[in-house]
Amino acid sequence: MIQFLVHEAADSVGVATVDIKAGETASGLFMDSQKGIEIKALDDIPLGHKLALNDHAEGGNVIKYGEDIGKVVANIKKGGHVHIQNLKTKRW
Amino acid sequence: MSNLGTVWGYRRENGRVGIRNHVLILPLDDLSNSACEKVAYGVKGTKAIPHAYGRLQFGEDLQLFFRTMIGTGANPNVAAVVVIGIEPEWTNIIVDGIAETGKPVTGFSIERQGDYKTVEMACWKAYEYMQWASELKREEVDLSEIWVSTKCGESDTTSGLASNPTVGNAFDKLVAAGATCSFGETSEITGAEAVCKQRAATPEAGEQFMAIFNKYQEMIDRYKTDDLSGSQPTKGNIRGGLTTIEEKAFGNLQKIGKKSNFVGCLDKAETPSGSGLWFMDTSSAAAEAVTLWAAAGFVAHFFPTGQGNIIGNPIEPTIKLSANPLTCSTMKEHIDYDCSAILRGELTLDQSGDGLLELLKRTCNGRLTAQELLGHEEFVLTKLYESA
Repeated sequence: MIQFLVHEAADSVGVATVDIKAGETASGLFMDSQKGIEIKALDDIPLGHKLALNDHAEGGNVIKYGEDIGKVVANIKKGGHVHIQNLKTKRW
Repeated sequence: MSNLGTVWGYRRENGRVGIRNHVLILPLDDLSNSACEKVAYGVKGTKAIPHAYGRLQFGEDLQLFFRTMIGTGANPNVAAVVVIGIEPEWTNIIVDGIAETGKPVTGFSIERQGDYKTVEMACWKAYEYMQWASELKREEVDLSEIWVSTKCGESDTTSGLASNPTVGNAFDKLVAAGATCSFGETSEITGAEAVCKQRAATPEAGEQFMAIFNKYQEMIDRYKTDDLSGSQPTKGNIRGGLTTIEEKAFGNLQKIGKKSNFVGCLDKAETPSGSGLWFMDTSSAAAEAVTLWAAAGFVAHFFPTGQGNIIGNPIEPTIKLSANPLTCSTMKEHIDYDCSAILRGELTLDQSGDGLLELLKRTCNGRLTAQELLGHEEFVLTKLYESA
């Protein structure tokens, strides 16, 4: 049973397909290659929310669908919850 | 012959292929809705599509009105049309426009007749058309002759993950086989407009897209009462896990797949001049947008939904798909295609796209969609500004 999906090899986040608990080692799947991936979750990641696949430094970008979806405004550790507390739009 | 296989459709007088065989009773204006509904009641199998407009419109808004009404009657899913209006002049504009396709069409006007006499005359014509249409035969055509549009609604994270990319996969296969497909929702592309522009097949198509997009932005700036940054993504989107407007827009754009580039941009309800993928300038309101695609000649629609949008159209069958297991179980009667197995890692996007194409074929061959069975026939005209 997978717990998260990653759209593309280039992505820096996965999307939880079930609620993932902090401390769990979650199994995921790359949708393009169908390869598996495991990440230890540092935070609770609710269904539909994003999980960092690697460390993100403040000022960097988050990549999803192979595209830049916004700027990192607080450091994110691999396995962390990526959302409004650490990711902001570049539009406004 | 493409590699997609064949379906059974109705070849119309102008060569286009339809997958339904409607006889429409089309009101020119709000005043004529009642007569149209009486005719549709009197002749079983015909369909009236009442609407709220058609009086004192002018300029660009009037042109869009006529384009939409004529396009609706001209759609290959329609076999024949009876038009009823309050006066003959504008009624005849619609009749003449539809007649260019070569299909049977007759207009009636109510002034100097009254509803009763008009309804009686229109009933006889509708009776003749319906009996004639009932004997038309389907013929075998390539799937690439079926024009397909797409837009999503009530999206959530399952839309970007699975149902939108499923449509994208099917679109890639349709466009590669020479089909005519279209996407739109100008407002929902905000945040991904630069990437959308790069998906244009030619620099001209890219510039056309940006001009439409910028015009939309100006419209928002003109009418907005507060900063949209507070409303996009919506609070519900954020609760569901979407963080930025870019992320929301890229999720939406998954519907156009990975491979196809769009060959040009269409004005609202404008018919494409050739095959391939087309961008249409539409509202993101579901019923308005699908009405515009139906008027442009599209005969089937892919509608991915997350939380469960229940929209339909009177002439363009709307195939609903969802990857949200809760929506697929609690709103089962509205969903044609459940692709939630993608979320469990049990179905690949490629398999899901093939599954959707298979359902498209069955729909073309006559299988009724959830929306058709439930009678969801939202015919909603796009109004550009107030009437005189």
